[in-house]
Amino acid sequence: MSKVLVIAEHNGAALNPSTAKCVACAKQVEGAEIDVVVFAASASAVAAEAAQISGVGRVLTVEREENDPAIAALLAPQIAALASSYSHVFGPSTAFGKDVMPRVAALLGVNQISDIMSVEGPQRFKRPIYAGNAIVTVEAPADSVVVATVRTASYPAADGGNSATIENTNIDAELPTHTRFIEVQTGQSDRPDLQAAAKVVSGGRALGSEEKFALIYKLADKLGAAIGSSRAAVDAGYVPPETQVGQTGQIIAPDLYIAIGISGAIQHITGIKDAGTIVAINKDEEAPIFEVSDIGLVGDLFSIVPELTDALD
Amino acid sequence: MEKILVGLKRVVDYNVRVQVKSDGSGVETDGVKMSINPFDEIALEEALRIKERGEASEVIVLSIGTADSQQQLRTGLAMGADRAILVQTDESADPLTAARIFKAIIERENVDLVILGKQAIDDDNSQTGQMLAAVWGRPQATFASAVSFDGNTARVTREVDIGLETIEIDLPAVITVDLRLNEPRYVKLPDIMKAKKKPLDQIPFADLGVEAAPRTKEIKFEPPESRQRGIMVEDVAGLVTALKDKGLV
Ligand SMILES: Cc1cc2nc3c(=O)[nH]c(=O)nc-3n(C[C@H](O)[C@H](O)[C@H](O)COP(=O)(O)OP(=O)(O)OC[C@H]3O[C@@H](n4cnc5c(N)ncnc54)[C@H](O)[C@@H]3O)c2cc1C
Ligand SMILES: Cc1cc2nc3c(=O)[nH]c(=O)nc-3n(C[C@H](O)[C@H](O)[C@H](O)COP(=O)(O)OP(=O)(O)OC[C@H]3O[C@@H](n4cnc5c(N)ncnc54)[C@H](O)[C@@H]3O)c2cc1C
Repeated sequence: MSKVLVIAEHNGAALNPSTAKCVACAKQVEGAEIDVVVFAASASAVAAEAAQISGVGRVLTVEREENDPAIAALLAPQIAALASSYSHVFGPSTAFGKDVMPRVAALLGVNQISDIMSVEGPQRFKRPIYAGNAIVTVEAPADSVVVATVRTASYPAADGGNSATIENTNIDAELPTHTRFIEVQTGQSDRPDLQAAAKVVSGGRALGSEEKFALIYKLADKLGAAIGSSRAAVDAGYVPPETQVGQTGQIIAPDLYIAIGISGAIQHITGIKDAGTIVAINKDEEAPIFEVSDIGLVGDLFSIVPELTDALD
Repeated sequence: MEKILVGLKRVVDYNVRVQVKSDGSGVETDGVKMSINPFDEIALEEALRIKERGEASEVIVLSIGTADSQQQLRTGLAMGADRAILVQTDESADPLTAARIFKAIIERENVDLVILGKQAIDDDNSQTGQMLAAVWGRPQATFASAVSFDGNTARVTREVDIGLETIEIDLPAVITVDLRLNEPRYVKLPDIMKAKKKPLDQIPFADLGVEAAPRTKEIKFEPPESRQRGIMVEDVAGLVTALKDKGLV
């Protein structure tokens, strides 16, 4: 019998959609019982949200002051302590999950399966390597716990409508003091979150400056879209790093992705392979981005983008 | 601090579009250009800058792999590392075994700080640094985009999904680096000549007394599902029509 423990990602107040995606992946493990665990200072609001995800049997809460905000070095020993009653421990392949899950795996003496795209058996999974240029089927050793991150772009969030039981648990793990949270700076914006957005408008090096990136913001606001970017745009300082899409940025799967002045390097494409519709606007008809685009338009973005923004009234 | 240890992994160059072998047994690496994992160049650059600011006295580069990895270690020495260690294995180590090897070297060398890449661009695992921090029982600061020191503590800014997070960690510790931390220096010809004289120790894996972790089996490789090239439109009106047809606007 498989028992999957999903580590909830949240900000203290609300659950991150990545959690319901991990549950969707856990549901692919045949006959699995699924628990979600919430580590927080006060977990009730987040736990109530997690209890609604279909497929979840129980929500466990572990309330400790040290769990707010989450620090990998403090969470890992608590997760490892819980893991003994589970066959699988899943977290999202977000910055949060990538930080904490390998630490858990090492404490349990196993390698991690990174970025599960599909479950082929209780110990067998598919995952992308080489910037998504190859897919490998891997098998974790028999009889050992599977610690994994779930490639969130491969899974739609599991539905709501459930009412799982919520249980408070105590964990006696001693927590280190060698790591201290100082602050987090977020690019305060009312725009949709890049991971969760149905539409994303993304700009590349061609924008040329932070000021001119306003063109991208205007179009995105018209569409109710999140902002994305290429590495070149981030490196040049036009947009903050958390907007970077690609192998080493965010991997996303919106219904609509509009790439503007982005050439389509493999490292970028791997971040959008699962998008519904890809639109590319580029002045070079040979740009590789067109090879993966559903709709392409060749031309100067500085005239096309304002025209498109106006046309969407 | 005294010593900084940096990981240099030999990987397929980031410009190579990797092909899956037709029998699904692996990816084609014969005759393919190999390089230092780009994140590891950033890790080494950071270590060198820390040393150049007078905040550390020695930078050691470590690679785990076959004798071929000497090439990447020599490049690291040419960039400015003081010495290199190659832990010889038949093939690249899995992340947990690599973490245990790093720990064994840390104990031999009394290392104060380890800087690794946030991920290797071949397997994209992003595990080794976090695992090393766990087996060493020390702090981890992953995905670093700024690092500074004050005595025995480091302040690290991390690139996370919602923005930039800053944490403080006590040394010794593990830092894994993101793209924005710095721009690695270019190697100059005289440095390549000088690097030939710098020490490069080779240690067979078996001599380290490290237990190999249970390995994840690689069953089968396949190419990804490819996206089909779609339509080209002539102008903005055509684009709007195409989007409307798909119900996207
Ligand atoms: C280790 C590593 C990791 C990386 N990770 C990522 C990653 O996660 N994400 C990522 O995006 N990249 C990543 N890269 C970088 C990647 O290889 C490319 O360099 C980058 O994506 C290029 O960004 P770009 O398309 O904006 O710029 P460019 O390649 O310079 O393309 C600009 C495009 O704009 C077009 N253009 C110019 N002017 C106009 C105009 N007026 N109107 C319309 N079109 C115009 C040009 O024709 C061109 O196609 C990584 C690289 C490395 C080495
Ligand atoms: C032919 C071949 C067959 C393989 N077969 C298997 C297999 O069956 N099962 C299996 O589990 N693995 C196998 N591996 C190993 C696997 O491909 C990865 O190399 C390994 O999982 C490490 O993951 P990563 O490189 O993505 O590490 P990441 O965790 O992404 O690396 C992060 C950082 O850790 C450091 N680092 C990691 N590895 C090294 C290193 N070797 N030397 C120096 N620094 C390093 C670097 O600083 C790097 O930037 C095989 C490798 C080869 C070449």
